[in-house]
Amino acid sequence: MAEVVLSTRGITKRFGAVTASEDISLDLRAGEIHAVIGPNGAGKSTLIAQICGGLAPDAGRVEFLGRDVTARPVRARARMGLARTFQISALAMEDTVLQNALLGALGASGRPWRFLRGVLTERSLRDRAEAALARVGLDDVAAVRTAELSHGQRRLLEVAVALTLAPRAFVMDEPMAGLGSEGSERLTTLLGSLRREAPILLVEHDMDAVFALADRVSVLVYGRVIATGTLDEIRADPAVREAYLGDAA
Amino acid sequence: MNREAMLNAAVLLALVAVPGWALWAGEPFTITLATRAVIFALAAVGLNIALGLGGMVSLGHAVYFGVGGYAMGILAWHAQSYTPLVEALAIPGTKSMPVIWLVAVISSALAALVIGVLALRTSGVYFIMITLAFGQMVYFFAISWPAYGGEDGLSIYVRNGFPGLNTLVPVQFYGLCLMVLLAVLALNWRLARSPFGLALNAARQVPQRVETVGLDPTRVKLVALVISGAVTGLAGALFADLNRFVSTTMLSWQMSGEIMVFVIIGGVGRLFGPVVGAGLYVILEHFLGDLSDYWQVFLGLILLAVVLFGRGGLVGIVAGRARTHG
Ligand SMILES: Nc1ncnc2c1ncn2[C@@H]1O[C@H](COP(=O)(O)OP(=O)(O)OP(=O)(O)O)[C@@H](O)[C@H]1O
Ligand SMILES: [Mg+2]
Repeated sequence: MAEVVLSTRGITKRFGAVTASEDISLDLRAGEIHAVIGPNGAGKSTLIAQICGGLAPDAGRVEFLGRDVTARPVRARARMGLARTFQISALAMEDTVLQNALLGALGASGRPWRFLRGVLTERSLRDRAEAALARVGLDDVAAVRTAELSHGQRRLLEVAVALTLAPRAFVMDEPMAGLGSEGSERLTTLLGSLRREAPILLVEHDMDAVFALADRVSVLVYGRVIATGTLDEIRADPAVREAYLGDAA
Repeated sequence: MNREAMLNAAVLLALVAVPGWALWAGEPFTITLATRAVIFALAAVGLNIALGLGGMVSLGHAVYFGVGGYAMGILAWHAQSYTPLVEALAIPGTKSMPVIWLVAVISSALAALVIGVLALRTSGVYFIMITLAFGQMVYFFAISWPAYGGEDGLSIYVRNGFPGLNTLVPVQFYGLCLMVLLAVLALNWRLARSPFGLALNAARQVPQRVETVGLDPTRVKLVALVISGAVTGLAGALFADLNRFVSTTMLSWQMSGEIMVFVIIGGVGRLFGPVVGAGLYVILEHFLGDLSDYWQVFLGLILLAVVLFGRGGLVGIVAGRARTHG
């Protein structure tokens, strides 16, 4: 079996009476796309926030590249090579598309403490940013203000920023949400090729994409993983059919 | 050239032309007024780095302005009274501007570092309140500290010197202040386009994004606040030299408010916004101040109009929305 890159061990998170995560143990293995599906409010984004930092679990731990990172802040996990995309785009709206991608490249370089040199004149940063934009097909809008992008283009830019980090693992929260059919096809192709570079933990509502991409699927309902397995195993699982696929598919 | 560049060039030209006009028109006092405007502009350029680039609404920039002012006052006072600055080490005061500037920059940067470390734990209204509270603390400390004049302030008999210049000649001192302002504006321009500027810009807009690419938005903002404080501190040293006097007025919250007003009227985040704002302020102060003691009411009206109708300040009204760098 392929090496485990990222894992959660018994993660639990409560918000008052709501248990958003209950004893969640998941693995992300090298070379795979592991989809996490579940109805609205199942706790998918909460899970991601705990994996990437920013939200501390009440119990359990997160391991990345063989190290316990539960207590590490978001930026430390990012520097280790954990790239996250947000369900609701978190981009610098006043900046250009290229600048947003450059920020990722700058983060990856780890050298923001340069005050006088023009960032656009730094070939290595620029190449990296432009290559990422080209991969998601945003190279022709590189000079456009991010606020002027369509919703779908912003989703693609989220992915492009993650690409600039050249990470060891991707964690993506509904990257397809709001993309048109053309956009989601393009992204599906891209993510499919990406898994060879780094495995993807993919939270997604778009079942076509999940069926096209996922090597394994975990089903999250009311904060609990009710099943994990290959696509066929998940399709055949009676609990999943009842709780989720029954009304979605 | 776009409209903002044209406006900036016009402002620059006006600043360069002021002394010539003043001498030609036989109004030498105009040079002193223009010096005041340039120094206020410098203080506001400092604030604009924190406010415009970093989104930090600091209502305590008088601290840095005043620390810079007192750096000048204390050094020059020891020099003119022939008392050592640090008795034990026999370090003397000084009347040399470059040394005074260096001390002003370092001490105001340190003040910004201390205040920033504490204030940046908060954000929004709390950040404003903490910076204001620090301002008040420093103000009352200065009032109750008897060594350097307390409430009466410190008078310096002769303006400090700069190698190769006669700073007692108003036009030479004006030229010196203008050069400092232009140098800092150039720095500001490059800063905004640098890797650091990119990170700062993003830290203002989406700090969580900056974290997810592995950078620390709070530290980026802290460094920006230190640079900002240092620039305003330098302006404070020049302001004290212009008046040959420093007092706690420079540390008051009204001073913080005025610096803020320069930036807002001129245009937050616009390179020349603080220059336009400070210039307008000094012009209004001069012409309306003679007519009425309540001239600041007019200033208030302009401020209101700018805040209500033109988010980009006067620069924004003339030049339209800011272009993204690059
Ligand atoms: N900060 C919070 N405080 C209180 N409750 C929260 C908080 N964050 C999430 N919740 C609750 O936790 C549960 C899981 O929310 P979460 O956003 O993780 O769901 P999700 O699976 O991502 O849903 P969606 O498909 O709509 O994105 C929900 O009931 C939500 O209301
Ligand atoms: Mg969600």
